[in-house]
Amino acid sequence: MDMQISFLDRLFDSGLLIETGVEGLYGRSGEFEGVIAAFERLIDRVGGEDGAEAIRFPPGMNRAFFEKSGYMKSFPQLAGTVHSFCGCELDHMSLLKCMEEGNDWTGEQKATDIVLTPAACYPLYPTIAKRGNLPVSGGLYDLQSYCFRHEPSNDPARQQLFRMREYVCMGTEAKVTEFRQLWMDRGVKMMEDVGLSVEIDVANDPFFGRAGKLLANNQRDQNLKFELLIPVTSDVKKTACMSFNYHQDAFGAKWGLNLEDGAVAHTACVGFGLERIALALFAAHGLDTRLWPENVRKVLWG
Amino acid sequence: MNETIRNLLTKLGGLPVAVDSLADDADLYAAGLSSFASVQLMLGIEEAFDIEFPDNLLNRKSFASIAAIEKTVATIIEAQEAA
Repeated sequence: MDMQISFLDRLFDSGLLIETGVEGLYGRSGEFEGVIAAFERLIDRVGGEDGAEAIRFPPGMNRAFFEKSGYMKSFPQLAGTVHSFCGCELDHMSLLKCMEEGNDWTGEQKATDIVLTPAACYPLYPTIAKRGNLPVSGGLYDLQSYCFRHEPSNDPARQQLFRMREYVCMGTEAKVTEFRQLWMDRGVKMMEDVGLSVEIDVANDPFFGRAGKLLANNQRDQNLKFELLIPVTSDVKKTACMSFNYHQDAFGAKWGLNLEDGAVAHTACVGFGLERIALALFAAHGLDTRLWPENVRKVLWG
Repeated sequence: MNETIRNLLTKLGGLPVAVDSLADDADLYAAGLSSFASVQLMLGIEEAFDIEFPDNLLNRKSFASIAAIEKTVATIIEAQEAA
């Protein structure tokens, strides 16, 4: 039996996820949201003392920033752009006629200035760059956003619209790599505290095409990305529930993020896949949170 | 081959230094070759030599220096001729 479909079916049957007719696009029940809220409070308790500046962007970003980010060079297959009807009354008539006849009405939709956010930190870099040089202590930011990636799948852990909680650090190479290591240690401890078995492994982003193979190998050779893996739908093919990314000075150079002395900032980010963590908890402890082990409930709900 | 590679590197490498000033064994990453430039370079080399990089040679080491690129290209040509 396909384990992924089976777990997804169980999630639908229990009402934790709500089917919409589109793979990877689901509603969430109150209980599901309760787990995410509790885990976010755990993140707050672990990371709160660091004094990160909290910023929340909506799940859409400025298309000009998206274009400058280079996302289309690496992941054109995952991007989602927002299009709208921009015609006159006559165009409206043709649109309705087209829809009524069951023809493709989307061709005349025009791109708006908004692109769906592919990762929570994408809108951050131009925002911080606009402020001028970073303070001597660098920068630390706390973000959370729904993100979009066009990858329809019946794996409940691969959703098209999902939430990513992130901490982003900007500063010297030493500062940001230390930050990344700190969160790798914290991440393992947090997952163990909620009864999840974890491992950390070097990883690469899903770069597009054959050229992407070279980029992926470059990323691995340089240990730029690590993932924290937890069994969700399979014990063999584990699911990445956190990622730890060191961008070197790539984003600093691209966006003009400079340190107080004018040197280009290095950046790193850690991301929590909130739905994936909730799913890992449901897979490990069962679909009824009231029946979860007492020590896990205590960590999450006190 | 060396000259073709150097010409491609000048055109596609986006290096802040003159390619002529680099020795054959100079570290191209240290000279400023970015990941994306290495992709452009890879595609340029494929076109110029009418070859296709196999997956196992699509890595950082293959583009580490002009000499490394020469060696990689020679390996691919040899394999293609043998096939």
